[in-house]
Amino acid sequence: MPIRDQGYQRYRGDRMQRGRAWWVIARTGIIERLHRRRFLALLLFAWSPFVVHAVQLYLGATIVRAAFLAATEDTFHTFLTQQRLFVFFITIYAGAGLIASDRQSNALQIYLSKPITRHDYIGGKMLTLAIFLVAVTWVPAMMLLLLQFLFSGSLEFFLSHPRLVPAITLASMLQVALAVMTMVALSSLSRSRRFAAMLYAGLVIFAAALERVLETATGSPAWILISPQNTLLLVTDAIFGEPPEKAALLALAVAALAGVLAACALVLERRVRAVDVVA
Amino acid sequence: MTRSDGSDRVDRVDAPVVLEHVTVKYGRHEALRDVSVEFPNGAIGLLGPNGAGKSTLIKTLLGLLPPANGRMRVLGCDVNESPLAVRARVGYVPESDAHIPGMTAVSFVAYCGELAGLPRANAMQRAHEVLFYVGLGEARYRNVETYSTGMKQRIKLAQALVHDPELLFLDEPTNGMDPKGRDEMLALVRDIATTKGITLILSSHLLPDVEFACDHVVVLHKGAVAAQGPIAALKRASGRVFELRVKGDEPRFAEAVRAEGLECHGEAGDVMRVYVPEDRSSQLLFQLAARHDVQVRHLRASVPSLEDVFARALGEEA
Repeated sequence: MPIRDQGYQRYRGDRMQRGRAWWVIARTGIIERLHRRRFLALLLFAWSPFVVHAVQLYLGATIVRAAFLAATEDTFHTFLTQQRLFVFFITIYAGAGLIASDRQSNALQIYLSKPITRHDYIGGKMLTLAIFLVAVTWVPAMMLLLLQFLFSGSLEFFLSHPRLVPAITLASMLQVALAVMTMVALSSLSRSRRFAAMLYAGLVIFAAALERVLETATGSPAWILISPQNTLLLVTDAIFGEPPEKAALLALAVAALAGVLAACALVLERRVRAVDVVA
Repeated sequence: MTRSDGSDRVDRVDAPVVLEHVTVKYGRHEALRDVSVEFPNGAIGLLGPNGAGKSTLIKTLLGLLPPANGRMRVLGCDVNESPLAVRARVGYVPESDAHIPGMTAVSFVAYCGELAGLPRANAMQRAHEVLFYVGLGEARYRNVETYSTGMKQRIKLAQALVHDPELLFLDEPTNGMDPKGRDEMLALVRDIATTKGITLILSSHLLPDVEFACDHVVVLHKGAVAAQGPIAALKRASGRVFELRVKGDEPRFAEAVRAEGLECHGEAGDVMRVYVPEDRSSQLLFQLAARHDVQVRHLRASVPSLEDVFARALGEEA
């Protein structure tokens, strides 16, 4: 039986095409988080509104006396609005350490000394969080739509609400994009995942509270623009075709969200570097 | 870049790393000043005191820092134009403690292999092999965060080797290691360069490390190349070195020696090292001693060391 040489051997196998590192990073991040039981429990719990709505759709479609429970566009709008709470917790749990932990352990210079770009790295980190958020927003919303079709046994609901699928998709993606960009940008500002989590929670909660106070004090609805979450709510209302209370602010709200996303992109551009240059 | 059997590996070039008039700035501060140097194949030591620009040079060669001026070629590729192609073929052992959190050693090294372009299964197989090679085979299922300093240095080497680079940059790889671990690490470094055919650039301020592991040396000082060449040749160029101890006015004697055009290093009360060029005689030292009324208590011809080369290159009191 030959003795196996455990010394260094030259590698003679295949190499992958470049440009797939973002997926390697995302896949590893997803698997690592799925190994945490508490996170799995949170993910499962985030599907509890789906179960409630599924029962509602079943009753509305099959029992005549419960017809008031039948699906409307508002059912899906309400569902996505309810999921904001889970989006908040999952973003903090799965997102706070995405870059902060790497900065703490100097992993950025390991990553960026490999044949990957900063965009691969940031993209992989964002995708890690985005997958989980899509799994608790867009996926259950579309499954509710599917259940509505199965329970009612006809395409009538789809045909009478042609914009529902694009609206669910657009609203979900906006919700996910805002959470992912904000959390990843805040994570890149710190070497501590706890501090990054506090920054995010502070931004969401403090901005909303401040908006309430200022709106009450001045009577101006324009203060909604200082809270990204409430601004998103206003835009989501418009996406689902519901007349927003503050329709005049819609264009400003869209611009404000775009501004937040651009600011996050700028932060990431400046913070994700293998070498911190202090001039 | 698909390589099925390694046969399309680019032929070893004479100078795998070439810098031409490279200047790197941090704001207004010039970390590298118009550096032009060629690194040959083999093990090359990058020497210099703290702040000399060693780490900056390595990071610039990896494409992590853009130069303000100049061109760099690594393994035949222009670093400015194709940094990813360069990084696919080199390995980097960073100076500071660096790992990816929450991973076992084997997962970490396999992950690095995947990032460098190896298929998943191959990366895992390579990770096991490389971890055995660097001496972490028995500890490969432990979380990297539980490793000692020496083990962390080894795993940094493993992640740099997993994709089988043609060129390896090692930035202070023996930092924080105990003497035994340091010897083992240097033996690994030497083995990589001599028997595995991987060119390596070893950055260090520890002269014995470089002298043990390397054949060539590039000395950086204040962002510029102060000396370069084969260590043996640089030592020969030092002429003869004498260890000298005198009784009397040492500072005045040292000044007199320097006034004669000889280099003299050493602190008062300690052994002085005097460099006597080939065309001068050691008798001159006795004549100077007599002239300045000091007694020569000890005079011994010494073997020129890398420390002498370093001291002469830097032109400082050693």
